[in-house]
Amino acid sequence: MQLFFLLEQVVNGLVLGGYYLLIALGLSLIFSVGGVVNLAHGAFYALGAYASVEIARHLGFGAGAVLSPVAVALLGILFERFILRRFYTADPILSLLVTFGLALVAEQAIRMVWGAAPLPASMPAGFKGQLMLGDFMFSRYRLFLLAVVAAVLGGIWLLLHKTSFGRVVRAGIQRPDMVAALGIRLQPYMTTIVMLGVGMAALGGALFAPIAMVHPAMGAEIITVAFVVVVIGGLGSFWGVVLAAMLVGVVRGITIHFLPAAGEASMYVLMFLVLMFRPRGLLGERIEKFE
Amino acid sequence: MTSRRKVLKAGAAAGAAVFASTLGFPAIVRAQSGAIKIGHLTPLTGFLGALGEYAVMGIKMATEEINAAGGVMGRKLDVISEDSVNPATASTKAQRMLEQDRVEFLMGEINSASAQTIMQVAARNKKLFLQIGARSDVLRGKNCNKYTFHVDIPVTVMVNAAGQALLREGLIKGKRVFSLTSDYLFGHDLSKAAKAFIAANGGTVIGDELTATDTTDFSPFLLKIRQAKPDLVATNLGGNQVTNFVKQYSEFGLPYPVAGFNLNTADAWAAGEGNLAGFWPTVWHHELDTPGSKAFVAEFRKKYGKPPENHAWIEYVSLKIMAQAMNATKSTDTDKLIAYFESQAEFDLLKGRKGYFRSWDHQLIQEAYPFTVKPKGQAKDKWDFLAFGAAVPAANQPLEVINPSKEQNTCSM
Repeated sequence: MQLFFLLEQVVNGLVLGGYYLLIALGLSLIFSVGGVVNLAHGAFYALGAYASVEIARHLGFGAGAVLSPVAVALLGILFERFILRRFYTADPILSLLVTFGLALVAEQAIRMVWGAAPLPASMPAGFKGQLMLGDFMFSRYRLFLLAVVAAVLGGIWLLLHKTSFGRVVRAGIQRPDMVAALGIRLQPYMTTIVMLGVGMAALGGALFAPIAMVHPAMGAEIITVAFVVVVIGGLGSFWGVVLAAMLVGVVRGITIHFLPAAGEASMYVLMFLVLMFRPRGLLGERIEKFE
Repeated sequence: MTSRRKVLKAGAAAGAAVFASTLGFPAIVRAQSGAIKIGHLTPLTGFLGALGEYAVMGIKMATEEINAAGGVMGRKLDVISEDSVNPATASTKAQRMLEQDRVEFLMGEINSASAQTIMQVAARNKKLFLQIGARSDVLRGKNCNKYTFHVDIPVTVMVNAAGQALLREGLIKGKRVFSLTSDYLFGHDLSKAAKAFIAANGGTVIGDELTATDTTDFSPFLLKIRQAKPDLVATNLGGNQVTNFVKQYSEFGLPYPVAGFNLNTADAWAAGEGNLAGFWPTVWHHELDTPGSKAFVAEFRKKYGKPPENHAWIEYVSLKIMAQAMNATKSTDTDKLIAYFESQAEFDLLKGRKGYFRSWDHQLIQEAYPFTVKPKGQAKDKWDFLAFGAAVPAANQPLEVINPSKEQNTCSM
């Protein structure tokens, strides 16, 4: 029985990992291609949640979950064009500072517009409740969430590995100078990557709004977890991020099973161990421009 | 050119304002000299920030009312409100307010750990601290001090208020209870009081798990609850945790009845319609049927466009309590104010019965209320899904009975 309970935690951890993935994948892509650590990534997650609640109030849950990431992705284009673009070749400390500042401004802006009191958000009644698969208990809503994550993940993988767009992006991660020598400007690709990345973060916010509190500091809460996932997974590797997200979810579940108080600390211990043995992360590639 | 310069100036000013508020510089402009300066600290960011926002609204409203009526002893009140951030910052700011801003006394707080550090600053400087919103028992027990008075109900009272409802429903006697406890001072204290209550009334605690204060996902805990198959899930959580737990408990649709020994109306409102269930305690609620409460709620709604949360109410009455004490003693002197409070003078709390500070532990003795959730479809608006119960203790019992006794919560000053 003990083993079964443990297995249940593992499966649940995988589901949770899927949700971490939505936020971490974009962060990793922006870092890998542009060399920018986007500390404002959490702000887009929070904006996604707030926008979805606001839209859902008028047009329903479905419209909120679809339109909010689209709106935030469009905002991402402006973010890349007018802010991030200036920092690709600059000292990394500058982009850290500017995105950190932006995260603070975004959090205060949310507080000014919507207030510090959290926004109430609910899911449609049909999503509520549990689904038993054999003896395993799942939340219906989280299975839906997992399906959405799988679809998005599949889409991004196809885009990166089966299209000419993806080939340029992957080449750009490793040898931006060669890409430039071939006469290809990386900038429009970067715009698209940032747009997709922040759009995914916003989707994460929109999907998590019905099950977690929607409040101004939610972006700051998620960014730490997302970073841990990116660091564990390693830069430049699509599957590294996927693996790390699942691992963080599973390790957290197992820890809570045995030692509940250490649940939130477990991911940092995991990161410490991974970095001791694999400084580039689990599947991280050697990226020349960062060496 | 001029217009461009104006835009730049406005932009810089806005930027500076945002910068200042993040760093927690005083948001309230200081009044002229001669005013009575009051240092007010409350968390405006972090996991209690939403409650702190209501706290500031409440104290602001009381300040404006008192000043419009001529102030206290002919002097205006000047309340300096700042974000207390965390226990370390709270104590630094309290010290600075006393030394540099020359405030007469300190007020505020919601976080029990921060309240603890401010209490030490107050004692060191021999200045009064009206501890408004932190509920941990140890603040008025083991760690009590002569300079601190406590307005909000201690956790034992919250456990008793919700506990009465649970006893009535037959959810304690002979039942197996599973608990989740917030892993900080307040949660540990609440858990201790809850366990004592459950044991005293014939229930068994079959599990009590600690959760970190930054837990947003409760799914691993929900699985453990299902594995334990309890008769009742009783939570000792704080701040954001309560809302997250309530939403996810509803998401997973577990069949066990749920209760909690801590919930603020803001946490309940934030849960969203259809998510909250079970039995909870509160110190005050906006539907309380007394003339004082009704007038306060109407005025608050007019000013802020939404009903007041219990932290807005408690800050409002706290400043009124201080004003009454200063008027009665004609002084801002710490010793005189302490003597006045210790005389067990009565204060109008906008409730059915008046309250008073118990002299030996400086706790404000007052009524509390249990609440549950209205049946589906009965809510008039998004604020209206809570069903409040009658005041505890009943009118024929002394107010003290729901409070910890001297033996339970020893305080020696």
